[in-house]
Amino acid sequence: MQVIVSVNRFDPEDSKGKYWQDYNLEIGENSTVLDALIKIREEIDGSLAMRCSCRSAICGSCAMRVNGHARLACNTKLVDMTDDAGMIKVEPMTNLPVIKDLVIDQQMFWDKIKQVSPWLQSEGPEPKGEYVASNESMNHLSGVMACIMCGACVSDCSALEVDKNFIGPAALAKAYRFVADPRDSKSVERLGVLNEYSGIWDCTRCYECVEVCPKGVGPMDRIMALREEAISVGYDNTIGARHADAFSDLVEDSGWLDELRLPIKTVGIFNLPALLNFAPVGLRALVKGKMPAIFHHNVPNVENVRKLFKRIRNNQNIDD
Amino acid sequence: MKFAFFPGCVSRGGCPELYPAAKKVCAQLGIELDELQDRGATCTGAGVLQEKNQFLGDVLNARTFAIAEGLGLPIMVICSTCQGVMSQANKRLKTDPNYLAKVNEQLSEEGLEYKGTASPRHLLWVLVEDIGIENLKTYVRRPLSGLRLAPFYGCYIVRPSEDLEFKLYRDREDSLEKVMEALGAEAVDFPGKTRCCGFPILTINEKNSVQMVANHTSSAKELGADALVTPCPLCHLNLDGYQPSAMKQTQQDINIPIIHLPQLVGLAMGFDPKELGLSRHIISTKKVLSKIQVAG
Repeated sequence: MQVIVSVNRFDPEDSKGKYWQDYNLEIGENSTVLDALIKIREEIDGSLAMRCSCRSAICGSCAMRVNGHARLACNTKLVDMTDDAGMIKVEPMTNLPVIKDLVIDQQMFWDKIKQVSPWLQSEGPEPKGEYVASNESMNHLSGVMACIMCGACVSDCSALEVDKNFIGPAALAKAYRFVADPRDSKSVERLGVLNEYSGIWDCTRCYECVEVCPKGVGPMDRIMALREEAISVGYDNTIGARHADAFSDLVEDSGWLDELRLPIKTVGIFNLPALLNFAPVGLRALVKGKMPAIFHHNVPNVENVRKLFKRIRNNQNIDD
Repeated sequence: MKFAFFPGCVSRGGCPELYPAAKKVCAQLGIELDELQDRGATCTGAGVLQEKNQFLGDVLNARTFAIAEGLGLPIMVICSTCQGVMSQANKRLKTDPNYLAKVNEQLSEEGLEYKGTASPRHLLWVLVEDIGIENLKTYVRRPLSGLRLAPFYGCYIVRPSEDLEFKLYRDREDSLEKVMEALGAEAVDFPGKTRCCGFPILTINEKNSVQMVANHTSSAKELGADALVTPCPLCHLNLDGYQPSAMKQTQQDINIPIIHLPQLVGLAMGFDPKELGLSRHIISTKKVLSKIQVAG
């Protein structure tokens, strides 16, 4: 089939900056995006820079953006991506600096992974044989251990786009892998660090990382599990934790969200600076008739909802 | 056509203009609505309650699904976040019978049982899948020709695409553009259309959240859009309510109106802008209205 591969190119030694270059080529129906790029490099333009190795979605080298989203070029079929004109757009990953063409600088990615101390930290006397972990716990971890460090999640992360200090989805998924490992003795300490600024609470819950991960790691789901775990071990005084608490309490109380009380309950009724911070937005809303009702009504049979909350909480406390 | 209607909290809270606009549009389309909240349905948890307790969130959503099953009606929502949270819960409930049984155990005290037949859908999808694009065109009394609109979906109505069954329903991917074009407007291809508005971290990291507002609104404006259109009231809260903060933080003049999907459909149907709550926005919608020769 005939395809047009439009590549976003960049050469630091060239004054042109970033530009798009189209390559027309004839290639087999079952070819991948990586097959096309290799064909371009070998037969049309030897100056095209990219990383690739295993061609089997194992090494994670060929992550790049295809039609605006990060993917592995080696497990993305051309026919699934071309538009009506037979064109696809290929760019380097975002949120990481570009070295040349499709090659990004991985330094920031690895720095963030290192930040979470990605190794087992056990305490107590060493066992005579190997450390033993239950099948159940290892099955649970197998999903997150499937990460191949390709960086696709980091590329498309919404929070990293506006704040490079955010530790990011790959490192947080890696952190979960150790927090949830029964052989690790530092879970509480790890959660303490992750609970700080630029950690678990800065994730926007946008699901970009879940969508683009080629291995089903579900980084955001792991971040949510870390939040739940952090609250349960007592890190419950961050604004994120208080927000979740306030939200839950308000739904328990009336069955639906009282939006007027949510921010007040989150920051605290006596936290004057934070409350004053809401004033301009609140005033603008008031002027436009957008304020939520002061008297918030309950949903019918709200007592059933309250009982449900109480029962589930009690049952879970017993399980713990 | 009749639905069990789940309007969500924000359409009657921080975005009170959305709920009446949606009701008017549905009435015009002949869609009958049975209000789920009048029957005791609760908030979905919005993903926030789930941060603390996912099981509890799933029980609440299963309870709503069971109430709708009791009515024998499909569920319709008008909020991308409600859509996503319900779809995610529904997937967990439908794919694991043991989990469903555990959830139903909690519902049994109220005499409820979720049988696993619910399939909640946003008004946006109902317009495309049930009303149909060609049929929708027949309701247009005031074509929106000349308007250039940037779609802003909201994360939870596009991701995870598997939970939202995008493979089964191909039209969902560009449903908003299809509706805009059916109403006579031009859809602006906008890179921010499926990105995060920043609302979920507003209280946690306001600077980052507001930066997202600045990025999306300014890029839509640079591409020549007259307004952004969203099916998500949470995106609206941030993109409209915090646009003044975004302008201040990034020291630029943006001032691009954010329009709720039902307001846009209502405008094309010929409703008065005031009836649709278009005067209740933080960023004035007057420029958009004057472009289609309507007084705001």
